[in-house]
Amino acid sequence: MNVALLGKKIGMTQVFDDANRLVPVTVIEAGPCPVTQVKSDETDGYNAVQIGFRAQKAQRLSKAARGHFEKAGVETQSELSEFRTNGDHELNVGDVLTVERFEAGQKIDVVGTSKGRGFQGVVKRYGFAGGPASHGSMFHRRGGSYGMCQWPGHVIKGKKMPGHMGDVQRTVQNLTIVKVVPEKNLILIKGSVPGSRGSLLTVRSAIKNKVRKG
Amino acid sequence: MSQAILEDITKDQLKDDRANFKVGDGVKVHLKVKEGSKTRIQVFAGIIICRKGAGVGETFTVRRIASGVGVEKVFPVHSPSIEKVEIDRESVTMRARMYYLRDRIGKAANQVKEKRLVDAK
Repeated sequence: MNVALLGKKIGMTQVFDDANRLVPVTVIEAGPCPVTQVKSDETDGYNAVQIGFRAQKAQRLSKAARGHFEKAGVETQSELSEFRTNGDHELNVGDVLTVERFEAGQKIDVVGTSKGRGFQGVVKRYGFAGGPASHGSMFHRRGGSYGMCQWPGHVIKGKKMPGHMGDVQRTVQNLTIVKVVPEKNLILIKGSVPGSRGSLLTVRSAIKNKVRKG
Repeated sequence: MSQAILEDITKDQLKDDRANFKVGDGVKVHLKVKEGSKTRIQVFAGIIICRKGAGVGETFTVRRIASGVGVEKVFPVHSPSIEKVEIDRESVTMRARMYYLRDRIGKAANQVKEKRLVDAK
């Protein structure tokens, strides 16, 4: 069954694995996430489970949100998110999802918001080569030609140009769980994940986890 | 707060017996090498020219001259593969990194001020 948890990026460090190699890991504080609503085909048109994260004072929420949590009988939360299921799960409103749903060695996807880089040129944003720095060059970090001539007579849509970089949702797929620490709600994941420390992440079981043959 | 969590996770991987050696020391690093099902001890002897980083990621570099060629190995200080680090001779250094040894050839390549000589003066 696929499961998702909301979490907070704590930071990166290194741990020794079984073969005594130093492995770079990202530490994520995930859950506990109470189930606030279970959506089904009959009532909502699709199957999903809605979960909350980070307890929040009721007075900080809108009246509508407070009512939603009251109906579920769950403590008020600051974050809400849902993940799709195929309907054959045994989750009910009020159940609490924790990191115990995951185990070491499992493949997961992590969804987060990448670090904002501000307005950037094409060299940094898209890895363009730029021009020569010297020898009379007046074409330093520019992006080259934007198009042709009278035909097509306009710049092609999607042309890579300078603009805002980062601060967009990004998913990293098939990361490996190195360790799960249930008593502290922590997951250690091999490799890096998008976003800065303290940012909100979604950790879910990998949707493209292919088992290698032979 | 988050730094405290990171330190807490790596705390149990730190080894207590790894504080004694410092830059300039002549050491023998006893390394566990796995060959098939057997493990044996391999010794790498040389001078520590660098010790950097902190926590579980701390490393040290050992330099030796092996058949006329300078060889450097970087070890994680807290690596479980290291059985022990034996100190042959202590020295007094004026540098935190002894990279100048790389430019030295022959006899000079192994010369660092030994502690007992300095103490005797």
